[in-house]
Amino acid sequence: MFYREAGDFSTSYPEDSQTFPIRFDRYRYYLVLFVAIFVIPFTINDYWVNSIFLPFLIYAIAAIGLNILVGYCGQVSLGTGGFMAVGAYACYKLMTSFPEVSMLIHVLIAGLITAGVGVLFGLPSLRIKGFYLAVATLAAQFFLVWLFNRVPWFYNYSASGQISAPERTVFGIEITGPNTEAWATYLFCLAFVIFSAVIARNLTRGAFGRKWMAIRDMDIAAEIIGVNPLMAKLSAFAVSSFFIGISGALFFAVYLGAAEAGDAFSIQKSFIVLFMVIIGGLGSIFGSFAGAAFLVVLPVALKLVGVDWIGWPTDIVAHLNLVVVGALIIIFLIMEPHGLAQLWRVTKEKLRLWPFPH
Amino acid sequence: MKMKLGTMAVAAVMAASPVMADLVFPSLSYRTGPFAAGGIPFADGYADYFTLLNERDNGIGGELANVIECETAYNTEKGVECYEATKSQNPLVYQPLSTGITYQLIPKADADGIPLHTMGYGRTSAKNGKVFKNTFNYPVNYWDGASAGVNHFLSLNDGSLEGKKITLLHFNGAYGKEPIPTLTALSEKHGFSLNTIAVDYPGQEQKSQWLQIRREKPDYVLFWGWGVMNQVAVQEAANIRFPMENFMGIWWSGSENDVLPAGDSANGYKALAFHNVGADFPVFDDIRKYVVDAGKAAGAGDQVGTVLYNRGLYAAFLAAEAAKDAQAASGVSDITAAHMRDAMEALNITEARMAAAGLPNFGPEFQVTCENHGGRGDVAVAQWDASAKSWSLITEFAPADASVLNPLIEADSAAYAAENNIKEGCK
Repeated sequence: MFYREAGDFSTSYPEDSQTFPIRFDRYRYYLVLFVAIFVIPFTINDYWVNSIFLPFLIYAIAAIGLNILVGYCGQVSLGTGGFMAVGAYACYKLMTSFPEVSMLIHVLIAGLITAGVGVLFGLPSLRIKGFYLAVATLAAQFFLVWLFNRVPWFYNYSASGQISAPERTVFGIEITGPNTEAWATYLFCLAFVIFSAVIARNLTRGAFGRKWMAIRDMDIAAEIIGVNPLMAKLSAFAVSSFFIGISGALFFAVYLGAAEAGDAFSIQKSFIVLFMVIIGGLGSIFGSFAGAAFLVVLPVALKLVGVDWIGWPTDIVAHLNLVVVGALIIIFLIMEPHGLAQLWRVTKEKLRLWPFPH
Repeated sequence: MKMKLGTMAVAAVMAASPVMADLVFPSLSYRTGPFAAGGIPFADGYADYFTLLNERDNGIGGELANVIECETAYNTEKGVECYEATKSQNPLVYQPLSTGITYQLIPKADADGIPLHTMGYGRTSAKNGKVFKNTFNYPVNYWDGASAGVNHFLSLNDGSLEGKKITLLHFNGAYGKEPIPTLTALSEKHGFSLNTIAVDYPGQEQKSQWLQIRREKPDYVLFWGWGVMNQVAVQEAANIRFPMENFMGIWWSGSENDVLPAGDSANGYKALAFHNVGADFPVFDDIRKYVVDAGKAAGAGDQVGTVLYNRGLYAAFLAAEAAKDAQAASGVSDITAAHMRDAMEALNITEARMAAAGLPNFGPEFQVTCENHGGRGDVAVAQWDASAKSWSLITEFAPADASVLNPLIEADSAAYAAENNIKEGCK
């Protein structure tokens, strides 16, 4: 009944090649966008933005970025935290050096700088693969964090090595600093999420995405049919790092407000984004959202239920949280190795046949 | 996306029913994670003191104190979540107990008008209340600690450190880097050479750092560590036979947890202290009677009298005294964060007040003003006796070297004010 192609006729090439060819799917997408843009900003408060929506949106961008590299191009990376730190520190240096420039531009340039750094650390991927590449990117993670801790220029010679986001605006509305409105920061991050998701979706549907997937599936075969591995791999690193850099810049400037490389962008960040990609589904944009939502919302929900409803001690709930999240990761990997995106695909297939499954 | 909307609807119902409380003191504690060994006793002490006030005195000025715990695991993201989750319940004062979380909360606290008390940690230049209007770091800060450590070494050397070598072994993060500017300034003033060695998080591996110390043979080692890093450092110092009496930790590196694992070889290790040690104070009799024996102790109730428990208790004592002042000044018992802020800015802790609370000679006397949110910075030195398994203060509380610290504080707070467009001044 739902998700049927029947009756959905394309009369032009653009209609045929649109992102959501099925009408029901398209309307659902518009509805989600409508709710996200026109309903949520009017109903949220500081708590909802700072504990659920901002981390969800920002992690979603990071997950989209990593998904391009790992899910679409097959290059395993453990350097996400380091690349997020590049975005954050680039944004900080830009914010403090050019205070009058709009945050939109700072965040985009921070993404571009991260893309450059990503390409640099992507060079070894031309020679090494799989686990060995994972170790090479791990080196990037440790090197970058060390660099930001070690060179005082990056944190403007502050006494403690912390970077703090001063107040900056977009179109005269404060986006960073303590006096922001909940809806402003939310919409700012949402704009970047939509921007990233649309670009990522269209890149992966086009020639670039096909080259990445060819490299992922079998790099020698891809080379034989004419895919340039240098261009394909490095472009994947560049695009992936661009998104991760944006997420790092937003994470520091809009969400945390103050950060320190060793603490906020440690190896834990690399792992949690990788978990999001794996739980959400490799090679799926929707999966990036689902994975980010899962790992951001679940701990908060568990805390709300455990501490605020049942009234358990905070440490028990914190430990229980680790147990539950860990167990769910294992269960997911066993029961649904293709992630939440696959669950969603199966649901769509079922809905397509419903209510007459035979 | 759909899932998220569903959970939002569910949780909106939860958020709609806040606990209407009395005097709310949020405790951003960490009973899990790599620093839990330090976080648990502090959180227990903080909660137990308020429980004592509720049980014995029926609260503060007739209003019950309500300590809301929120677990941060020393993680800055969870710290933000905890702050946002509790700020709608009219909290009076936040104790972030993490330098990283403090840095995040300083601007937020200013925007929301809620005072922040960072006792012996956080941003040192917050001492300048003209810039940091809602942040208080009395009675001491890290720069006081650095200065007090050097002062102690000076007193051991008849007032001259000319040609001596001092090494700072520090956690490679905001917390550990704080004392470097002060020590650099002090090294120029007193003519000793300073060398800094960083230990990366979490610090379970310090072989190379101690090899370097063994090679360089510094006269003294100052140590800024926290959590598991402390025990490892004390053990490594024992391994290279570094004279323990020349090895001194900051107050966060001077609890029982840090020295007990090294056994007898930790004997003589020194640590700075800004409050007294041990359980030999009248208030502990009351805590045993009203809290522990009544089964109302926070946590397992086994931390009473340890160094960090005392620190949590001291933080609670200072918060409760400020709340009493706020009630007296405003004339209402159900005070707000704004009342609390003004009372904290006028707080005057005297020996008589400490004795009245059952804590005679527990900490230094100090007075907070708008210009000075940090007190005089009185620090004492404690030493570990491995055979008796106890800490004892070996010096009096003595003030830090203000002539060196004040220009540094002025410079750092001015930089913060310029970065954030804050106009200096008192109300």
